[in-house]
Amino acid sequence: MKSSFVVGLMAVALAAPAMAQKKYDPGASDKEIRIGNTNPYSGPASAYGTIGKSITAYFKMVNEQGGINGRRVNFISYDDGYSPPRTVEMARKLVEQDQVLFVFQTLGTPSNTAIHKYMNMKKVPQMHVATGATKWNDPKNHPWTMGWQPNYQSEARAYAQHILKTKPDAKIGVLYQNDDYGKDYLKGFHDGLGAKKSMIVKEVSYEVADPTVDSQIVQLQQSGADVFFNITTPKFAAQAIRKAYDIGWKPVHYLNNVSNSVGSVLTPAGLDKAVGIISSAYLKDATDSKWANDKAIAEWRQFMNKYYPDGNQADVFNVYGYTVAMTIAQVLKQCGDNLTRENVMRQAANLKGYRAETLLPGITISTSGDDFAPIEQVQLERFNGKQWELFGEVMGGR
Amino acid sequence: MDALLFQVLAGLATGGIYASLALALVMIYQATHLVNFAQGEMAMFTTYLAWSLISAGMPYWAAFFITIALGFALGALIERIVIRPVENAPVLAVVVVFIALLVILNSIAGWIYTYTIKAFPSPFPKEPLFGIRYMSAHELGAIGITLVVLATLYLFFRYTPLGLAMRAVAQNPQSSRLVGIRVGWMLALGWGLAAAVGAVAGMMVAPIVYLDPNMMGGILLYAFAAALLGGIDSPMGAVIGGFTVGVLENLLGAFVIGNELKLTVALVLIVGVLLVRPSGFFGSVHVSRV
Amino acid sequence: MSRTNVILLAVLLTAACALPFIVSNYRTFQFTLVLVYAIALLGLNILTGYNGQISLGHGAFYALGAYCAAILMDKMGAPYWVTIPAAGAVCLVAGFLFGLPALRLEGLYLALATFALGVATPQLLKYHHLEKWTGGVQGIVIAKPEAPFGLPINADQWLYFFTLAVTLGMFLLAWNLLRGRIGRALMAIRDHHLAAESMGVHNALYKSLAFGVSALYTGVAGALGAIAVQFVAPDSFNIFLSIMLLVGIVVGGLASISGALYGALFIQFVPNIADEISKAAPWAIFGIFMIGFVYLMPTGVAGAVRLLLARRRSHEI
Repeated sequence: MKSSFVVGLMAVALAAPAMAQKKYDPGASDKEIRIGNTNPYSGPASAYGTIGKSITAYFKMVNEQGGINGRRVNFISYDDGYSPPRTVEMARKLVEQDQVLFVFQTLGTPSNTAIHKYMNMKKVPQMHVATGATKWNDPKNHPWTMGWQPNYQSEARAYAQHILKTKPDAKIGVLYQNDDYGKDYLKGFHDGLGAKKSMIVKEVSYEVADPTVDSQIVQLQQSGADVFFNITTPKFAAQAIRKAYDIGWKPVHYLNNVSNSVGSVLTPAGLDKAVGIISSAYLKDATDSKWANDKAIAEWRQFMNKYYPDGNQADVFNVYGYTVAMTIAQVLKQCGDNLTRENVMRQAANLKGYRAETLLPGITISTSGDDFAPIEQVQLERFNGKQWELFGEVMGGR
Repeated sequence: MDALLFQVLAGLATGGIYASLALALVMIYQATHLVNFAQGEMAMFTTYLAWSLISAGMPYWAAFFITIALGFALGALIERIVIRPVENAPVLAVVVVFIALLVILNSIAGWIYTYTIKAFPSPFPKEPLFGIRYMSAHELGAIGITLVVLATLYLFFRYTPLGLAMRAVAQNPQSSRLVGIRVGWMLALGWGLAAAVGAVAGMMVAPIVYLDPNMMGGILLYAFAAALLGGIDSPMGAVIGGFTVGVLENLLGAFVIGNELKLTVALVLIVGVLLVRPSGFFGSVHVSRV
Repeated sequence: MSRTNVILLAVLLTAACALPFIVSNYRTFQFTLVLVYAIALLGLNILTGYNGQISLGHGAFYALGAYCAAILMDKMGAPYWVTIPAAGAVCLVAGFLFGLPALRLEGLYLALATFALGVATPQLLKYHHLEKWTGGVQGIVIAKPEAPFGLPINADQWLYFFTLAVTLGMFLLAWNLLRGRIGRALMAIRDHHLAAESMGVHNALYKSLAFGVSALYTGVAGALGAIAVQFVAPDSFNIFLSIMLLVGIVVGGLASISGALYGALFIQFVPNIADEISKAAPWAIFGIFMIGFVYLMPTGVAGAVRLLLARRRSHEI
């Protein structure tokens, strides 16, 4: 008994120098990397829950292909029902009980706001939050939080600039969802118009609980607006597009990026009713026939068929989940054997022109010590009745 | 003036939606003296069944009537299997069962069909009728169908022995049993009918608001208010209540208080009316003798 | 109270005091939330269980209490312990004022009025004219209170004890209230309001007071909850919160003080259990749990416990 103990001790002593190069924080080991997440799998925002499911499927694929640097990814995702108190509870569970290395793609602006201070106080990375709010790019005050997608305000500014350039005498009507997402877009739009804010002749809001936005569309038409900025989530976007057409209102229609999927918004609304709509994109829309033979989309379809067969391939959220998971996989690959939280943040802030092929051509992911906004570029596009036609230059970013 | 007219028309259109679900709520109430919070989700679920049938290639009207039958069966089954065991429990316990049904149906629909919206076909022509652009042909047609359902229900309850038996059971189950009415089957029938009405409501609503698991959430709210405004035991009241709520909501939002508070103000107004007339416009006033 | 009850209570109390030193901070946080819900459920039970007035809108009072605490702490720099009585006072008045017109409404119609209140709450909180105070859709972030007098416990543990103290106080108050004249008056109104009125019970006064007190309890719970979570936002206080509170008192046991605790445990932990069982349809599992509880224990957990104890006692005879 005693001799085997001595042998064991010697083995550890001999192995020690080899192990010195590997550095682990809680959640990482030789065998696995634990990543935490909260998503709304229930409640009013459950449509976004498919993002969590697609990310889970992505890591299943990664694990089957050997993991990242030989380590299995253990992706732990909890339902927070889009309720900030539940998010706080689940985040604490992930950090304090499940001991995850970092938290990834927590969804929703209020949910992330609720845990913003906590994550930074605990020095646990709050990576690639799934919201387009602008406040996540703040490395000085919140060095442990980082966003991923192009933020709403810069997208809205792009539309504002386009209007100022192409239709300086426009009368603008805005429809927005009365929550943080809608108000963030609205702010960006106001900022983009700057002194010309008075071009907005009517701003109307709606609640997620409203059955339709038909009344609001009628109000906008009656205001005489000839440009329409549509800040709505998919269901209401489809309603708005159809109603505008039905009542014979034909404004120049700017549609926000969240709701421009051909398969899940334009087709139910009626493709002929959506002709001429302008939007912006950074991801390839799998339902757009333009990418029918694209290699990256084909790979994505194989992934969906094998690892997430229940998932809806017409839903752009599933391309989103796949792409952001690919990004964090890249970050972890760059970490190598140094899996400390500090190194995860450092590597995440060290992406130089990284390309995930499901992004539009020309759009890259870049971060640095004072730039915590991985994707800043978008491209404007116009719908021609069948496909989105990209036009102009890729805007934004460095 | 035009703006007012257009909002009224749009309000009548959405009011039609509320009226159809309110009718189902009143039906359940007339049969069981309970308000079924899961009515909206049952309607949504049957609409998804219809969607599955139509997607599989069935022509619209065949799917329509089969779905009504399926809805009826679903309602009766739910009554026999889920509600029966808690018949004698306190009222609030039954309410909790309704809430449980609501979340179960919603969750299962989301799981099977995902949350992406689906377009649901309409049997009515695509072009607006009579050149009225503010109310599509479907919205007019939906109102028409709701009125037909209303008339059928009225005739059923008023002039058929079965309808009379159902009303008796709701009012006084003990005495009804003594007269030989099969109380259990009447309750199941009531649920089945309400579910069938709900199925029609769902199929009329889905083309307008698009089919997704959370389709009926907001509508149930307004339908509840509409049913109570019109009087919870009056089918005609439910329909009139529905139109009232729809128009009221639109006018308030467009001209009075703005969209940010229209939900609040609409509900406050409804409660205000109830304070003045506690049993709603057309409800039967209960006078209790001391 | 019988001797066994006193002993049981003492054991429970000791366990509750020992808890934060045995389990992790995260669990302590969860149990703090259980206590918060227990106070809220007790409040709702006073109104609905003991007095028979159905409320589907108590989330509104919870929100009112929460925002009171947040605004006092964030905008006026008030210390956290002041916010509790402040929230209680504001909600007492608000509840009483709401209870006055509610007198005219019975059963279903009252349910609708309270339902309207519950639904309207997020909209009111987001109203842009109030944004300066409520923070609008962005909500308000609150700082966590540290243990006073340099006590050697961390913030989570301190908050737990603070909440425990408030809970004990509120429960004691309710127990005293409900077993005396007032409690009997409330139950008399619930069971047969005409007879109660003719016996000299002032229906209108008691019913409005019940609303006020019930709102007070729920408001205090809201304030404590806000401090525990450190964040308030309008959409956290939607109609679903009100519905959850109602489910809590039914599952826990109507007209029962211990029922508030059982119900709080249910609404805090069962959704998490459901989430672990199924990621695909978590609420379906939760709904099945709800139905299961109601089937097996139609009078709530408290009712089932009472039945069990009664059976045991009858066997001993």
